[in-house]
Amino acid sequence: MTGSAATAAPADALPVFGRIGADAGREAVLAHLAEAARAVRRRDIQMVHEAGQGHIGGEFSVTDILVTLYMHVLNVAPERPDDPERDRLILSKGHAAAALYTVLAARGFIGVDELRSFVQPLSRLNGHPARTKIDAVEASTGPLGHGLPIAVGTAVAAQLDGSPRRTFVVLGDGELQEGSNWEALMTAGHRRLDHLVAVVDRNRLQQGARVAQTNDLEPLADKARAFGWDVVEVDGHDHGALIDAFAAVPAASGRPTFVIAHTDKGYPVSYMRDQVSWHHKVPTAEHVQTALDELETS
Amino acid sequence: MITAPVSAERPLHDCRDAWAATLVDLARHDPRIVAVVNDSVGSSKLVGFQDEFPERLINVGIAEQDMVGVGAGLANGGKIPFVSAAACFLTARALEQIKVDAAYSQYNIKLIGQSPGMAYGELGPTHHSIEDLAWLRAIPGLTVVVPADPRETEQAIRWAAAHTGPVFVRVSRMPVPDVMPAGYEFEPGRAVLLRDGTDVTIAATGTVVSRAVEAAELAAAEGISVRLLAVPTIKPFDTEAIVRAARETRGIVTMEEATVVGGLGGAVAETVVRHQPAPVRTLGVPDEFAPTGSASWLLDHYGVSASGALEACRELLGRA
Repeated sequence: MTGSAATAAPADALPVFGRIGADAGREAVLAHLAEAARAVRRRDIQMVHEAGQGHIGGEFSVTDILVTLYMHVLNVAPERPDDPERDRLILSKGHAAAALYTVLAARGFIGVDELRSFVQPLSRLNGHPARTKIDAVEASTGPLGHGLPIAVGTAVAAQLDGSPRRTFVVLGDGELQEGSNWEALMTAGHRRLDHLVAVVDRNRLQQGARVAQTNDLEPLADKARAFGWDVVEVDGHDHGALIDAFAAVPAASGRPTFVIAHTDKGYPVSYMRDQVSWHHKVPTAEHVQTALDELETS
Repeated sequence: MITAPVSAERPLHDCRDAWAATLVDLARHDPRIVAVVNDSVGSSKLVGFQDEFPERLINVGIAEQDMVGVGAGLANGGKIPFVSAAACFLTARALEQIKVDAAYSQYNIKLIGQSPGMAYGELGPTHHSIEDLAWLRAIPGLTVVVPADPRETEQAIRWAAAHTGPVFVRVSRMPVPDVMPAGYEFEPGRAVLLRDGTDVTIAATGTVVSRAVEAAELAAAEGISVRLLAVPTIKPFDTEAIVRAARETRGIVTMEEATVVGGLGGAVAETVVRHQPAPVRTLGVPDEFAPTGSASWLLDHYGVSASGALEACRELLGRA
């Protein structure tokens, strides 16, 4: 199967991508990730349109982060979901569930056909991910500010075991207004959890307004450094930059790594990009077609 | 004034000693056992654990949401975390983490609510944990255990360690006598018949079981035959034992070191209304913030005492 489906492809057309290792060469890795990200966004927006629910803006901002992790960085595989030595990924911004499900389907953790059941009665694919329903979901999330403390716990467990396994936690930026994150940031810095990576999907928007207008996070990098973390700032839509940031873990400094991934809500779709209104607005058929067209050339 | 002192002639125990000794013993045999605390090493009596297993005691400081989340993550990493903190802070401050990270995610995490009820009576209602049973009983997939004495505390902790899934255990600091019989084996969802009787039933949980024992003795002296049920798990709940009591005696008195809203009394009332309507009297803290006073004084003040239970039994039998 290839990912070059035409825009008129049926809604459930999504190729299953394998994990691509660094040995394939950087060019091949980047081409693989670009194709996977395009396919995921294409399927995601159709899924949200059909379900009439979702958080498409934040799903599109986090897609490149999730694709880079699942398709290249993480030591995880559908054949061994319970491997104790697997890397952990916790999606703390659980409202981007549709993006996670689509990536999991594209990586073979859940069936592509099952995506059609998103938020339908009795579906495993809740509006927010549930650990008890899907093996690959490490923690049930949805209420904000839960993922980072859990990630600290998985990292402490790895530290106690002397294991090289890594923990990645993906957070929204608005989510950082929750105080529990700062408790966990302090704990991670104090315990020098160098195998822990927090990735902030820094799209600058939250549900009701811009983060800066609501309760500003800046200077975010300085705050994270002050809490004992190494800070890396990258373009969160640049797969190569994300790969390089993640490859530097564990950091030589012995500190946890705080990746500020600068993204745009709705990326790369013109009418959604950087628009507060696209937090959980549902795309119409026309919106979907425009997005599919734009994704072909992105 | 303290009325009806609890079995003054019998030695009294702080259940935290049984909890701490049991955890150390478990940890010696199972490297997966870890403790997570919120600056609560001393109040959880975990100094010995810390001395023996310094790496396995994770103290996150005064940060309860972080504490429960970290516990969930440790469980994800294959550990068996015992998250131990004052029940008032553990359950109120981290309630959403208990709901989502422990119960909804079904992590193998153990939540130990120290010094629950009104153990910190003198410190005031901020430090009372009388709502915890109602809150936690409403959460699916969480076992809620309220041991009555050191023997039951030890058994509950051992059971929790062996069981896969989230468990909350209340560990009392208020001194209590031994009440569970020798050879007793804790079983979740099973009420324990401490004394059979035909007139009226007293169902009690946790620290006040000893007060219920005394009440049954006082009642017997005036010719009232009391069936006494100790209820160590509020969830799962022994519906059958309560239905039988409702059918075979003339009413049920509940006793708990908790608010009368939604805890053991609530569970008993819901059960009889659904299955076997019967008169119920619920003894606990009424719907108000309790005044200051020792736990023992407060329990007496609210009639969660031998004399208070006797009075409620008389009332149910029309002998008031």
